[in-house]
Amino acid sequence: MTDPFQAFAARASRRAVLGGGAASALALGMGREAIAATPAAPAPAAPGGGGQSAVIDVNRARAAPIPIAIPDFVGGDADAAQLGRNIASVITADLGNCGLFRPIDKQAFIQAAGQGIDPSAVPNFQNWKVIGAQALVTGKAESVGGGQVRVEFRLWDVLPQTQIQGTAYTTTTANWRRIAHIIADVIYERLLGEKGYFDTRIVYVAGTGPRDRRVRRLAIMDQDSANNRFLTDGTWTVLTPRFNPTRPQIAFMSYANQNPRVYLFDLGSGRQSVLGDFRGMTFAPRFAPDGNSVIMAVSDGGGSDIVTVDLASRAMRRLTNSGAIDVSPCYSPDGTQIVFNSDRGGDQQLYIMPAGGGAAKRISFGVGGSRYATPVWSPRGDLIAFTKLGGDTGNFSIGVMNPDGSGERILSEGWTVEGPTFCPNGRVIMFYRETPATSASGAGYSARLVTIDITGFNERVVVTPTDATDPAWSPLGA
Amino acid sequence: MNIKILGAFAAVALLAACANNTGASNGSGATAATSGPAPGSEEDLVANVGDRVFYAFNKSTLSGEARSTLDRQAAWLAKYPQVNVLVAGNCDDRGTEEYNLALGKRRANAARDYLVAKGVAASRIQTISYGKDKPTAMGDNEQAWAQNRNAITSVR
Repeated sequence: MTDPFQAFAARASRRAVLGGGAASALALGMGREAIAATPAAPAPAAPGGGGQSAVIDVNRARAAPIPIAIPDFVGGDADAAQLGRNIASVITADLGNCGLFRPIDKQAFIQAAGQGIDPSAVPNFQNWKVIGAQALVTGKAESVGGGQVRVEFRLWDVLPQTQIQGTAYTTTTANWRRIAHIIADVIYERLLGEKGYFDTRIVYVAGTGPRDRRVRRLAIMDQDSANNRFLTDGTWTVLTPRFNPTRPQIAFMSYANQNPRVYLFDLGSGRQSVLGDFRGMTFAPRFAPDGNSVIMAVSDGGGSDIVTVDLASRAMRRLTNSGAIDVSPCYSPDGTQIVFNSDRGGDQQLYIMPAGGGAAKRISFGVGGSRYATPVWSPRGDLIAFTKLGGDTGNFSIGVMNPDGSGERILSEGWTVEGPTFCPNGRVIMFYRETPATSASGAGYSARLVTIDITGFNERVVVTPTDATDPAWSPLGA
Repeated sequence: MNIKILGAFAAVALLAACANNTGASNGSGATAATSGPAPGSEEDLVANVGDRVFYAFNKSTLSGEARSTLDRQAAWLAKYPQVNVLVAGNCDDRGTEEYNLALGKRRANAARDYLVAKGVAASRIQTISYGKDKPTAMGDNEQAWAQNRNAITSVR
């Protein structure tokens, strides 16, 4: 079970035998607009062809992404038809970009793509089989009045000629992208056996202006770069935003009033407040898995220490007191352990200690003077991602290792790559990549968000309107 | 950088000579630059004392040169007891953000502790760390990084 791929595949296989077509009601919160999900009306009985199912494990999917046909969703009128086209295109982008699906070019469709396929009818499976589709998505968008839209979709398994899923969603028309992401997540889960990560957002730091007078603003966007907006106005430098896993809240560091401290940002109200009036600089916050406390670093003495702050009482509890720099703490997903960065052994390395503090065990042992930083525990618990510095080239790299320090794999390298964050299912890591200035004016410097599969494949730049650093991935549905 | 520091030394020597000759506390003697900085001001600190000390990569220990600069800052602070200062620790961009925040704080603290040891009241000195986020030099080469590994004293 040391190979994360095998672990993922094992889970996927286990899930894949479930099959069936029942829709589940989705609990969607995090201070966002409600979306109601209901099972779609039963489709006429599909013939059932007995062919090989599109439901496969991810291990095979790496070699061969699942070919999937996603014709435009049909619409009752011109507006609904446009919405149907838009929804199909967002689903197509989500599934194509993740690297585990291969959306089939609409030009190859035998049935006219522009007309869409009414989801209430059983598809002509032969038309999809001959173009190589293993899965087919059909859907319909219709206005139901009051600014609300109802979107129905069905997922079909082409070779066995069966319906895998049928669900209808109702929400405001303006919220249509979210429905598309939710549908993409359902398709991902039904075909790969693991929850998806498309209905998620990214909070990050947007950077503008010259490097010596950089303006840094908190920004948030959907994981596909849509709906970007800025949460702070740039008056004060902000750093390292992180999502609360259970509430619509972000912890971040702000230099407000020239007093660098950890703040909370409430996504519902837009209000920010200081976490507590503690002595010294507080920084590097992350939430506990239950969302009820923040773990962070405080520098109020010689180095910096790891502390937790309970969100209800705002009481601080110190977990380390080494005199060294102890920084960048992150809980294991079960909340029992903390991985953190420390130079207590002479240079920056990764350590693990019990959640209550106590004896720490070093887990990183870079050869050739490599240093390790920014550890973050996978939501699946099986990997710790990190930034590695130094080595032969002086470049930085992003990698993963097992929590006992074994099995290190480098995923990406560059002049500066830093700050990994996992998507909710642990399958993809986002980080930021900077290019060096090539002149004394700072020209040539850039900062971009990047995603990469934990297998090291499918590295992609994430589009942002400005330079971007410090990404943090939201929980699913947040 | 070396040239700049030598320049600061020369200016200090001039000012000292000037003060000796006139006994005036306003430092606007005829031998100084025609419109020199106001004594006890930020500009005075930068031009005549030296506002910053530099550190080796990933270190917060003070070099002999750094101690000399801080000695001059301590003397200057003794001369202007009403002046309070902010010491800001900075790092080059060859480290990670969160660690560098702590490292910058350590650099600022090292400078502060030295000033306090030289008799400056701790209550007159605030410290802050900007990590790698407020570089003086905007390039990316050894020279720029050396400039950015510093603690900068400013009047507040």
